[in-house]
Amino acid sequence: MSLPPTDIRITVQPEDFDLAAELSAMRQADRGIGAVAAFVGLVRDLNLAADVTALELEHYPGMTERALHTICDEAAVRWPLHAVRVIHRVGKLHPGDQIVLVLTASAHRHAAYESNAFVMDYLKTRAPFWKKEWTPDGPRWIEARESDQSAATRWHDIVAHTYGNTDHD
Amino acid sequence: MSEGSLRIHLRYFARLREQFGRDGETLDLPPGIETVAGLVAHLAARGEVWAAELAGDRVFRVAVDQDMVGFGALLHAGAEVAIFPPVTGG
Repeated sequence: MSLPPTDIRITVQPEDFDLAAELSAMRQADRGIGAVAAFVGLVRDLNLAADVTALELEHYPGMTERALHTICDEAAVRWPLHAVRVIHRVGKLHPGDQIVLVLTASAHRHAAYESNAFVMDYLKTRAPFWKKEWTPDGPRWIEARESDQSAATRWHDIVAHTYGNTDHD
Repeated sequence: MSEGSLRIHLRYFARLREQFGRDGETLDLPPGIETVAGLVAHLAARGEVWAAELAGDRVFRVAVDQDMVGFGALLHAGAEVAIFPPVTGG
């Protein structure tokens, strides 16, 4: 028995998003969904001095949507997903603002949980977004973290072990 | 365009866009440059910020036609080649 194709929806936008509205739309569209995992990323004070006044997100229009679709497609190959919803904001944001939403829906919770973490881990290393912090001393680009790369690599190892292949990334 | 050379469209993002003072350029590559590695060496030979960003210790990524690729990737006429710092979204 094959599952229907996963309903993948990607949006890159400056506007804020509404978790409740997105969740509602997802569950009303498909009564076969038994579990939805939600991740909401927030803008925090990224340095210890807490002097960050704003965060500016640049992206690569076209490639961003393409990369996010590829990541969701890869998740849908690995877990029996009914739907995936990704919203990533761009432009100028402030501490406390929502920045990213990932909803993963499946008949069962494990697929929803695991695929959600997978999408976020890959988003952090594959999707072309760049953050710039604004402080009273001026702007500075945030440098990529090695721990993000190793989080994505961890999935490579898990999938290789579970499925016996290494060609997924 | 001379025979054997490639015309490509370069795009720069984030720190590299600021350092290079431009968000992109169209370039006719000298004959013989066929890979991302060759292109990067060609750009680094401009010196100053180009050498500092592309030939030093700084890490960067390259995408050809909006897919991230390694240095061995082949270029083709009309390719959209983007060079940018490691990504920091999410």
